[in-house]
Amino acid sequence: MARLTDANVSIAEEIIARYPRAKSALIPLLHLAQEQDGWVTDEAMRHIAELIGVTPAEVLGTGTFYEMFKFEPVGKYLINVCGTMSCALLGADDLMHAAEEELGIHEGGTTDDGMFTLHRAECQAACTEAPCLQVNYRFKFRATPVEVRQLISDLRSGRLDDEVPPHGTLARIRQHIPADRGVGAVDPADVTEPPAWISAASQGGAS
Amino acid sequence: MTSFPWAPGFIEGNRPQIVTSRFQYEDSFTLERYLATGGYEGLRSALARSPQDMHEEVRSSTLLGRGGAGFPAGVKWGLTPEGVYPRYLVVNGDESEPGTYKDRLLMERDPHQLIEGCLIACYAAGLSRCFLYIRGEMALAQERVAAALNDAYAAGYIGKNILGSAFSIDIVLHWGAGAYVVGEETALIESLEGNRGMPRLKPPYFPAAIGLYGQPTIVNNVETLSNLPFIATKGAAEYTAIGTESSPGTRMVAVSGHVRRPGVYEIINGTTTFRDLLYGEEFCQGIRDGNDLKAFVPGGGSAPWFLPDQLDLPFEGRLVGAAGSMLGSGAIMVMDSTTDIPSAALTLTKFYAHESCGKCVPCREGGTWLMRILDRVVEGHGTTDDLDLLLEVGESICPGDMPHAASADLQLEATPFPYKMTTICFVGPSAYVPVHSALTLFRSEFEARVAPSRSRTRIPVTAVGGDS
Ligand SMILES: Cc1cc2nc3c(=O)[nH]c(=O)nc-3n(C[C@H](O)[C@H](O)[C@H](O)COP(=O)(O)O)c2cc1C
Ligand code: SF4
Ligand code: FES
Repeated sequence: MARLTDANVSIAEEIIARYPRAKSALIPLLHLAQEQDGWVTDEAMRHIAELIGVTPAEVLGTGTFYEMFKFEPVGKYLINVCGTMSCALLGADDLMHAAEEELGIHEGGTTDDGMFTLHRAECQAACTEAPCLQVNYRFKFRATPVEVRQLISDLRSGRLDDEVPPHGTLARIRQHIPADRGVGAVDPADVTEPPAWISAASQGGAS
Repeated sequence: MTSFPWAPGFIEGNRPQIVTSRFQYEDSFTLERYLATGGYEGLRSALARSPQDMHEEVRSSTLLGRGGAGFPAGVKWGLTPEGVYPRYLVVNGDESEPGTYKDRLLMERDPHQLIEGCLIACYAAGLSRCFLYIRGEMALAQERVAAALNDAYAAGYIGKNILGSAFSIDIVLHWGAGAYVVGEETALIESLEGNRGMPRLKPPYFPAAIGLYGQPTIVNNVETLSNLPFIATKGAAEYTAIGTESSPGTRMVAVSGHVRRPGVYEIINGTTTFRDLLYGEEFCQGIRDGNDLKAFVPGGGSAPWFLPDQLDLPFEGRLVGAAGSMLGSGAIMVMDSTTDIPSAALTLTKFYAHESCGKCVPCREGGTWLMRILDRVVEGHGTTDDLDLLLEVGESICPGDMPHAASADLQLEATPFPYKMTTICFVGPSAYVPVHSALTLFRSEFEARVAPSRSRTRIPVTAVGGDS
């Protein structure tokens, strides 16, 4: 639990290289740290600061602005019940109550076994499928209280391990720019000319 | 067992499909399907002509931005200062305005269409690097776009000397971490630079002039860019043949709330009316349980509310503006007669108050005040003074006349959009808009709530139930 592993440092370096300025990688790297440990540790933030050449305070300063980064441990499964208008109109409160009852915790809490954290969330861009919720940012659409209980029991028993990775993992496919195809990031200070196809066009034709 | 289906909600109809033409296929997100259905033809057609030519085609298509402001894309691309390079494209995939659901569909179901749109935009406007910013909470969209980018690189559609031309570009997938205000374009740029996602003071920071790393930057919405392959392949004339002159093409519209068939519909722009959408057989088929319509939000949580009086308005920016609201992000939220209006308004005000970045006092303080007072009223602890206080606090965020709808019953005339504001961005005013709409159009519900005889128990937003 701590600094990024060697494997993650290679991933981090690949990410950093895509940006003209390293600090742009800050949010993706915080995600990487959260994927590694389930939450963002102080050691990971220090390590990220070293990797992108800023102070740990800057990493924390940016990180705390964003809801998804957790600076203390959360459950293996983070359940976010949407409470914004369309979901509220169609029974979001009932979903929350069912989850609270099934888990024996209140909104905002984490179960004693560290399996579940329950939050009320904002509009999840699935309003036509209201009421909905996300588990580790995977959707459950048009949910009923009965389904919420079933979902929790499926998660508990491990039946959904293939579908729902532990908290911290978002996309399970990463972008990879092949070295022989990528154009590469250039510091904007080193560029003054129009790009090649614009210059070529002013001399007639792009290809 | 529980399952996690992906990207449901889209409902087809016998209508032109510009951006959803592949949604019928199970494998619509793969390169194979994309190529089998005319994919990357728009890119080829763009590369066969000059960038200026391609830009001109987009300009004459009058493609309007779909992120909320409705600014013509071709005009925006022309706002970069002459001779200043490099220039960047930042794709706004942060979709989080309450009620809005379309960009996530487009990213999950047809990521190559978006990628091709990015390539066409960069080629035409001389943008030399593209950053595709996807909302943090959209794990599957990130995954689908990552896979599509990897495949497109491998096949030579992205990267150095695309299809053997002088056109070379990288598209970089970037993802956020949960903050609504980051959808505002200057906040998006701040976030992409690794900072707290706070909007920049404007002027002078119009991103087209001074954007990412201080360079000229075009910010476009996912849906806007997804229209470009069609325009590049079929031409502006075929595009403008759909819809009206001021609002050509189609639009993705999400209708949610108390309708029989909530869904995302690709509708003909400019002519489809709210009545068509809410009651039409091919659309939402009426209000649930045969109930009456009470009110609807026509353009995302930030938009002033409409009444049944406004049902016959078409989906057209100027007309909707004159009627007191805006089309915004193509999101309609419907409330039937069982809806408790003060509680419904509270869910939106809470959202915007919670999402304030804290940079402007009227938004930071005012939003919280509005939320607390309204909460008190909803809980039955409010007084009539509170109702005046709500309007007073609102006045400090939006001084002067607030836009609102006309009502025959209340003998109220419309006040047109927009409002004045004391804040940097629209988050502050958006906390007030639902309060103002609800209080203006349904004042009696508030007055009943603050009467001392009222019970103090919490009344839910609506009686739960419904036929779908
Ligand atoms: C508070 C706020 C949130 C916004 N959120 C989004 C968003 O999530 N997605 C989006 O495309 N535009 C959003 N916008 C609009 C953007 O600032 C910008 O106008 C848009 O991305 C430009 O793209 P377009 O011209 O293609 O519409 C938001 C604006 C504000 C003020
Ligand atoms: S209006 Fe609110 S969210 Fe927007 S810049 Fe000001 S404080 Fe931040
Ligand atoms: S309101 Fe719940 S997904 Fe939009």
